[in-house]
Amino acid sequence: MKEVFLPGNLEELWRALEREPAPRPYCGGTDLLVHLRSGKTDPDALVCLERIPELSGVREEEGGLWIGAATTHARLLDDPLVRARLPLLARALSTLGSPPVRNMGTIGGNICTASPAGDTLPPLYALDGEVELRSRDSSRRMPLRRFITGPGETALRPDEILAGVRVTPDGTYNVHHFEKIGIRRAMACSIASLAALLRVSSSGEIEAARLAWGSVGPTVVVSGEAEQALLGKRLTRDVLEDAAERARKAVSPIDDVRASAAYRREVSGNLLLRLMEHRPL
Amino acid sequence: MIIGFTLNGKKATVDTRPDRRVVDVLREDFGLTGVKEGCGTGECGACTVLVDGEPRLGCLMLAVQMEGRDLVTIEGLAPEGGLHPLQEAFLECGAVQCGFCTPGMVLAGSALLKRKASPGRAEIREAISGHLCRCTGYQKIVDAVETAAARGGKKEETE
Repeated sequence: MKEVFLPGNLEELWRALEREPAPRPYCGGTDLLVHLRSGKTDPDALVCLERIPELSGVREEEGGLWIGAATTHARLLDDPLVRARLPLLARALSTLGSPPVRNMGTIGGNICTASPAGDTLPPLYALDGEVELRSRDSSRRMPLRRFITGPGETALRPDEILAGVRVTPDGTYNVHHFEKIGIRRAMACSIASLAALLRVSSSGEIEAARLAWGSVGPTVVVSGEAEQALLGKRLTRDVLEDAAERARKAVSPIDDVRASAAYRREVSGNLLLRLMEHRPL
Repeated sequence: MIIGFTLNGKKATVDTRPDRRVVDVLREDFGLTGVKEGCGTGECGACTVLVDGEPRLGCLMLAVQMEGRDLVTIEGLAPEGGLHPLQEAFLECGAVQCGFCTPGMVLAGSALLKRKASPGRAEIREAISGHLCRCTGYQKIVDAVETAAARGGKKEETE
């Protein structure tokens, strides 16, 4: 039998994490329980983070938003601050799993699972999200891009938990685009996805671009080359084709049960062509 | 450990291992076999339980997480001896074939109708998108939720 701790505040959490062997933290369980069942993971003990008020909710802070790690996807989708200030994240959340999965799964779980197919990750990379890591005695921050070190791997220390993620949206971006390729609309693990933020001037010139792809590399893929190819240009087919070619070079996809590497490479570029729909009229 | 919660409107306690899945506790210890296990991995929605009014999956929740929560299974949705309006609509519309997905579908539909009294078909499809019907009888299920919604206002007034 595994012990399962259900701390109701941070003090109880720290006490649970000090036990030997240290219990493995989880929150919504939408990933962990699947792996427990298959035997892929078998920790001696677990600690569930769902009841800790300090890890939940959304608030305005330092000009941006702080999102508690234990906030469910459904709460975020309903949150007026998220809807108004992080439409890119909201779009990605609306494609994540299914309603019951969104009622259970949390943004912190999506980050710590560190799957290349995690749906919240491309938007959080494009938005330059920063994680807040806490232990009983320490609190540190780092860019999400540094926190995720490989598929399923993060810089989290054993005594730490992910407390939240901080995002400071740049209100000057006027194109917020997310698209996920999957086999169906619900419960689809992403084959490839693109999160894009653009600032397009009233005369149609692209002044700034942030692009991040999911499921086409060991972690989320960003491409300065593809972003550069857009700057100072217009959202025409030729410009996007050029950026798409660079994107196809930047990604490093694999073959798996969902799609071939070649398909993923092709579609990583093609996803950019959709940005034409955001041309100013 | 002893876990206390509300189950279908009544106080309940169970003395069990904290690492058992909710679907197993409800089926085996409480005999609530309306909570079905289809896939065991969160893909099919057959094990749906309302937790504090929200559809969640009994196969992805551990027993300890029931502590202090309000759980409603299909067995507790309707008033004693009667049917929930959505269950009536399922019967009328022929929305039940083999029945395996029905508890999850009805619970998901009832949660949607609580959130939104008159959802459109697209919203209904979205609300049941985490539920697989192996008989593929989706149209009738959407019809049933729509039918119950159309009647919703009047029913509530007479209650």
